[in-house]
Amino acid sequence: MKIWLSELRHSVAAVLSLAVISCGIYPAAVWILAQGLFPAKANGSLVMRSGAILGSRLIGQGFAESKYFHPRPSAAGQGYDASSSGGRNLGPTSKKLVDAVRQCIADYRAENNLSPDTIVPADAVTASASGLDPHISLKNALLQTPRVARVRGLDEKAVRKLVETYTEGRDLGILGEPRVNVLMLNLALDGTLK
Amino acid sequence: MNLYGWIQLALYILVLLLLTKPVGLYLIRVLDAGGRTFLDPALRPVERLLYRLLGLDPKKEQDWKQYTLSLLAFSFAGLLFTYAILRLQHVLPLNPQGFGPVSPDLAFNTAASFATNTNWQNYAGEITLSYFSQMVGLVFHNFVSAAVGIAVAAALVRGIARPSAKTVGNFWVDLVRLNLYLLLPLSTVFALFLVSQGVVQNFKPYEKATLVEPSNLQAPKNDSAAQTIAQGPTASQAAIKMLGTNGGGFFNANASHPYENPTPLSNFIQMLLIFLIPSGLTYYLGRKVKNQRHGWAVWSAMAILFLAAVLVCWRAESYGNPRLHALGVDPADGNMEGKEVRFGVFNSALFAAITTDASCGAVNSMHDSFTPLGGMIPLFNIQLGEVVFGGVGSGLYGMLVFVVLAIFLTGLMVGRTPAYLGKKIESYDVKVSVLAVIILIFSILGFSAWASVSQWGLAGLNNAGPHGLSEILYAYSSSTGNNGSAFAGLNGNTFWSNITLGLAMLFGRFLMIVPIMALAGNLARKKLPPPSEASFPVSGPMFIIILIGTVLIVGALTFLPALALGPIVEHFLMTGSGILY
Repeated sequence: MKIWLSELRHSVAAVLSLAVISCGIYPAAVWILAQGLFPAKANGSLVMRSGAILGSRLIGQGFAESKYFHPRPSAAGQGYDASSSGGRNLGPTSKKLVDAVRQCIADYRAENNLSPDTIVPADAVTASASGLDPHISLKNALLQTPRVARVRGLDEKAVRKLVETYTEGRDLGILGEPRVNVLMLNLALDGTLK
Repeated sequence: MNLYGWIQLALYILVLLLLTKPVGLYLIRVLDAGGRTFLDPALRPVERLLYRLLGLDPKKEQDWKQYTLSLLAFSFAGLLFTYAILRLQHVLPLNPQGFGPVSPDLAFNTAASFATNTNWQNYAGEITLSYFSQMVGLVFHNFVSAAVGIAVAAALVRGIARPSAKTVGNFWVDLVRLNLYLLLPLSTVFALFLVSQGVVQNFKPYEKATLVEPSNLQAPKNDSAAQTIAQGPTASQAAIKMLGTNGGGFFNANASHPYENPTPLSNFIQMLLIFLIPSGLTYYLGRKVKNQRHGWAVWSAMAILFLAAVLVCWRAESYGNPRLHALGVDPADGNMEGKEVRFGVFNSALFAAITTDASCGAVNSMHDSFTPLGGMIPLFNIQLGEVVFGGVGSGLYGMLVFVVLAIFLTGLMVGRTPAYLGKKIESYDVKVSVLAVIILIFSILGFSAWASVSQWGLAGLNNAGPHGLSEILYAYSSSTGNNGSAFAGLNGNTFWSNITLGLAMLFGRFLMIVPIMALAGNLARKKLPPPSEASFPVSGPMFIIILIGTVLIVGALTFLPALALGPIVEHFLMTGSGILY
């Protein structure tokens, strides 16, 4: 009995004291340092225009109009809901998955004026893991370029140049994949970034 | 499988190899009650204060029973602490979104999940939990359950190394020192690094962004002109969730969420953090048992199993899904369903192998949407017992159980009394080792079988056919193995799933720790004869092969039938038929 009581005392004391350190002092210290050193990033890398928040450069946003580059299909909430992240979680032999991708391919070919046997980039027709993927592949962006240029009455070369401007390379030259940030590219097209 | 993938893989293994010795040397100082570190001037007074609060004499060691009792009492107290916070989050501070209390069964599941280092999540963080619940209720366990795992590994290593000893260390001293000198300083540094990459760290209410294209059909629910962007103290949680191989995401999408893992560089560092301590522990083992080659042999066996898993998973994912190729998807892109563009196929496959080799369970892609064989790798990794580097501490003590079994089996084959580093392996040692392995098997297969024939088990499935069985099998493997990753289509937030998964986690953690502590205590009291020519070699290629063989045979023989009904049959259906579910 005595040993149980002493273990109980140690346990309660340890839980409370370690909680103060690792759940109070530690996150507060990180918070203060983060807000001091990287305030914009610690607060969500938000894109602002005259006081209004347009989005976050890290979080994807839905675009359906043909004058914009389109992001990947999203399973977050009703689509790009940044308060409800998540993937579609359909397996490789799921009928729902195959049907959704088939529909997506048809739409993608139609809106971009592609022939029915055009091979479509995988990222354009599959849902991301987070549902908030801010990026598309360069291949995907270049297939959409003629459409965006046409609808906006712009020179295709100029749009292509803009795509390249908003293409991020591999980190340190080797890590990850090259990618295009859709929100930033569309904002640049609208001229809102200036 | 392109050149960039190979370069990144080589870079990862190289950096891990280079960090193993320094981390191991540092662990030796931290796990010695009187050890000195460069942080002593700042932290020594805090350490003394904690001992005074606990009413503890740090010089007094415990035998294995006392050590285990302290560990269990502390873990149970922590479990109640988190349960209370989750139930009361609506009256606690830092709840800007005004979330209500967590239901009793979900609170039990979540408290058990974090207290056991599992971090299985039957909830979506950003729509269920307040900042306080995450920062205090969950992060508390991210630290202490990691420390508990390392403490058990240290106790076992002491048991192996010490001749004729009664004690295996002091649990409270290990707990305090691991938190203060190892986990907190490293987490602080890496949390700040993650913020520099874009991980958020704030206490603001969720932001509302005015959509650039308000007419968008895909607009978020209830509001067609705005995007609600979840915020929170994410970086402080993301750092320890990796370092402590916990894996519980701040957000539902875990490390695939751009706020939790924004860049390929943050991804690389997070993957490194998972293996950092487990890899260093192999060096700690070698140094403590005065046989550094043994430590490196264990490291090599782990590295080989790791490489094999990565290569199979990477190959399967870069091959992609032939059903989608037939529709016109570019086969060169591999399987991108449930993956992020910035990580691509390679970094998703690598992350999946690492997070399940270890008992981490964080994900940067959705394992549920992997190809059948690609998704079988994480599942199989967990079923092997997560001994490939493994969870912090739990990886090493799991692997040492296999070492004991390997030596016993070899001893049987050559007809010699088996001895591990001079200590005789006797009936008691083999019994407790087998017990530690068998408990996992019973829990995984027993609960999976129950769920797959019951109404509540089938109700939670997101996929039908063999993939549905894989979802169930993955859930109980992950919870028993204290991994926490999921085939996330499965909805586990129902009464029976919450209870059975919660029990599986508690069994997998504590029913395994008790026999391992018994092994530690029994090995500690044995005499250590001088090493002779005849002792069993515990380094070199032969030992490595035998160890890998033991791990694979135990894993494969036990789980192959279940895998054949899930991922393997699904693979043949995917490639050889037109059947869809």
